Amino acid sequence: MKWQVPDGVLFTRKHEWVRQEEGNTVAVGISDYAQDKLGSIVFVELPEIGRELKALEAMAVIESVKAVADTYSPVDGTVVEVNEEVLDQPELLNQDPYGAGWMVKIELKAGYVFSGLLNSQEYKDLLLQEEDGAE
Amino acid sequence: MSLRRTPFYGKHIELKGKMVDFLGWSLPVQYEGIIAEVQKVRQSAGIFDVSHMGEILVEGKGALPFLQKIATNDISRLKAHGIMYSPVCYSSGGTVDDILIYCYNPEKYLLVVNASNAQKDLAWLKEHCSGIVTVRDISEDIAQIALQGPNSLEILLSLTDKSLAVLKYYTFVPEARVAGIKCLISRTGYTGEDGFEVYCQASEARELWGEIWSAGGEDGLGLAAAGLGARDILRLEAALPLYGHELTADITPLDAGLDRFVSFTKGINFIGRGALVKQKEEGTLKRLCGLEMLERGIAREGYSVRAQEEEVGWVSSGSYSPTLDKAVALAFLNPEHAPLGNQVQVVIRGREYNARVVKIPFYRREK
Repeated sequence: MKWQVPDGVLFTRKHEWVRQEEGNTVAVGISDYAQDKLGSIVFVELPEIGRELKALEAMAVIESVKAVADTYSPVDGTVVEVNEEVLDQPELLNQDPYGAGWMVKIELKAGYVFSGLLNSQEYKDLLLQEEDGAE
Repeated sequence: MSLRRTPFYGKHIELKGKMVDFLGWSLPVQYEGIIAEVQKVRQSAGIFDVSHMGEILVEGKGALPFLQKIATNDISRLKAHGIMYSPVCYSSGGTVDDILIYCYNPEKYLLVVNASNAQKDLAWLKEHCSGIVTVRDISEDIAQIALQGPNSLEILLSLTDKSLAVLKYYTFVPEARVAGIKCLISRTGYTGEDGFEVYCQASEARELWGEIWSAGGEDGLGLAAAGLGARDILRLEAALPLYGHELTADITPLDAGLDRFVSFTKGINFIGRGALVKQKEEGTLKRLCGLEMLERGIAREGYSVRAQEEEVGWVSSGSYSPTLDKAVALAFLNPEHAPLGNQVQVVIRGREYNARVVKIPFYRREK
């Protein structure tokens, strides 16, 4: 596959990824596929720390040279940390989407159970379908 | 409906262009990446497929008087093999299109028009021409390459005769040979760089691209293929108007700051003159300005511009500028907010972001 889809990460159908961090916290970013489709990313707007999010709620904005894209929270929870680095270097989302290009950390709402997320194999299948549709 | 393909479609696929639907044409928005392509054009050279542009021949004894009536600029000042940029207006002063007029002689001109307007222009020209003028759409037969950037001269010189080096800006050679292929070459472009536009028969287009591509790869001339995304940013940095954004049926050339392309003194009552004279006397209600964002955020087309919480204009084009490494925009503002240095706010997703009126073009090449 042309795009990196690491194991141990869950994905949304809108191409965000979620990774379990210590405790009840998850890190969120966009997938390699998403950054490739957007092209050169030049601007990122992140939510404020302390903001409460519901799954599928718009939480951040990513602008590439030509396009503006909303990013959605994959989970219910509270923003506890944002990646300030990507504000100054939005290109990190292109260069290292699963690493230095992470966007926010969210503390899950008490008792929240992941729902509607895809594992890496399911996500790969989704990408194959999307590419078929595009051609 | 299936998309139209230019003769270079196969080249775009080979080069892994990201193809998009542009006005019914399948064209590459980018290849490797828009930012890299912009940098290539500024630093070395870029090759663009601009075959979607329309080409219309205007011929006959009445050609010059006809164009003088249609165009706002003074076409009589054109010498053989000279080129002039001109808006074309409705009687309201609003803009039909902005075009390039290539003069062969006072009885033969080539008009290069925006793809988005080609059919409308053709109808407009036919509606206003008389019996001693023929208007002929030759777009189907013509392929066009734009070769832009500081190394474009050297690239072309390796394929054609040396007289090209002295070809002046906004002039053309009607029958040049590029690697043996018959072409029209003009020293024109839409990027703010030195460069050329090369027209040839569609049947020979692929070979022409191949020759230029090979020549540009030699001796470190750094030629890259560049797509529509880069083209749009390059023209924005150079503050060149784009029809549908800075010019429309509701925007006059004077609104867009194109006064020097409107000749009130040419002694011809061109279409739109009355309205434009009136506007010149009374002043414009909106003026095209350059904006530079002072806060993080990108102004995009259609965003409103405010000052003291009142709406004072709108953004007509906006993007991140790779050359300047900041977000810039063209915007129509009420004239009282147009002075250089004036601070305004662009509304981005419901929030106001500070911006400042700056001189345009944003980018000017060193000569």
